[in-house]
Amino acid sequence: MALPIWLFILASVIKSGILLFVLLTAVAYTVWLERKVVGHMQNRWGPTRVGPFGLLQPAADGIKFLFKEDLTPPHVYKPLFIAAPLIAVVFALTSISVIPFGNDVTIRGYRIPFQITDVNTGLLLILGVTSIGVYGVALAGWSSNNKYSLLGGLRASAQMVSYEISLGLSLVGVLIMAGSFSLRDIVDAQSGYFWGFIPRWNIFSQFIGFFCYLMAAYAETNRIPFDLPEAETELVAGYHTEYSAMKFAMFFMAEYANMITVACLATLLFFGGWHSPFGEQAWLQAHGAPGLLLALLPVFWFAAKIVIFLFLYIWVRGTLPRFRYDQLMAFGWKFLLPLALVNLIATAIAVAW
Amino acid sequence: MSVHLILFLAFGAVCVAGAVNLLAQTHPINSALSLIAVMAALAGEYLLLGAEFVAAVQVIVYAGAIMVLFVFTIMLLNAGVEERTKGSRVAVLFGIPGMLLGSILVGWVVLRHSGTEAVVAGALPGDPKIIGQLLFHEFLLPFEITSVLILIAIMGAVVLASKPATSPARKVE
Repeated sequence: MALPIWLFILASVIKSGILLFVLLTAVAYTVWLERKVVGHMQNRWGPTRVGPFGLLQPAADGIKFLFKEDLTPPHVYKPLFIAAPLIAVVFALTSISVIPFGNDVTIRGYRIPFQITDVNTGLLLILGVTSIGVYGVALAGWSSNNKYSLLGGLRASAQMVSYEISLGLSLVGVLIMAGSFSLRDIVDAQSGYFWGFIPRWNIFSQFIGFFCYLMAAYAETNRIPFDLPEAETELVAGYHTEYSAMKFAMFFMAEYANMITVACLATLLFFGGWHSPFGEQAWLQAHGAPGLLLALLPVFWFAAKIVIFLFLYIWVRGTLPRFRYDQLMAFGWKFLLPLALVNLIATAIAVAW
Repeated sequence: MSVHLILFLAFGAVCVAGAVNLLAQTHPINSALSLIAVMAALAGEYLLLGAEFVAAVQVIVYAGAIMVLFVFTIMLLNAGVEERTKGSRVAVLFGIPGMLLGSILVGWVVLRHSGTEAVVAGALPGDPKIIGQLLFHEFLLPFEITSVLILIAIMGAVVLASKPATSPARKVE
């Protein structure tokens, strides 16, 4: 049964509020996780002072960002200088809205999807929103009126436009197999098990696509080894050199929110979304487990997969050095793009068979 | 007034305002940004018609990729504020009446020869499957010709961008 319109709006507002809160908290704690994990990889402790295990460090950081002096250098182009971090963070947060986190929930006969909105072309919407997000970085670089910032902004936009092609193509294989753009349909196509125990996830048939996606995703989120737009050794801090206080924090929020979105997409497209790798859902249902547990278990699996992806991100950051810029471009255009194309053609042939 | 109509008018207003702003702004980067607003508002209009796929592609390709290259070029050239001139008198004398006459003519022909019904909101097939079938069955030849056209453009760009061949004759000079 579909919801009446006012209930629908109320449910959407509540869901948006919850999701925004969870996402921002997740962003803050991804920063904590990164500092902690990279610290341990480098034989340091990472944050330890604020709270147990430094767990309150994100809160302290947030307060510090809020109360620091917000400096606007006199030589910047002010309207765009202020708009750029807003663009970056708004579009980074928007793209999460079509991501489904679990099965539909039924409350008093009303079916409420476990996501803000389920649109037919959800995947395309995410790609579109992220492609608009490039402007935040590019405009920040340009409006700062600083050579290093400009170079950072140019690098970022060139890199993101180049890798967007590979990113899009790497996903087409999954789309062909699922036959739909809707993220919910794509996840549902991955339910079930091969021979009763190996989950029917796309990673097994689309591992080349997954490899392309992973590489392109690192480049799209400007993470090491592709963090050329903010390469400290060359560009001071790249596009956000001139930013301070909350505006600076906004770029970081955008970067980490993008990381989470990319991890969500990887989970949905290649790792079966909220489906458990063990198949205990059916067993629990048969043995009369409480409904709340059944509703929350998929969310747990989804979150667990995302945390694994975030850990992978941090692991790579702690391991690999930065590429050179020409290597980055050559890798994107001469290796990744042909590979994604070959994967697409192979998948199409296999499906048509 | 239905929600559709309100949204249509809102997106239309953004579109027209963006287009006017595009002409009024003196700095190229502001003009480029208003063009992005126009593209995004157009995507909203497509969405209202039910053409979800076209709307998404409009955002990804036009607002997200082509306009990034525009902005990129403006940033690279560091183009300054444009110079204001009075404009040519010929443009004022002939351009405006000509444009008015042309648009009236086009409007008349369109209204006359298409069955004047407006497209109902949500009437277009937004399903990518239908678009794919149309593209690869009915419009296969135009589609392929377009792809050849784009290939020629790419090759032209490569030739123009590549370093001039260092022929031995030139080295002697």
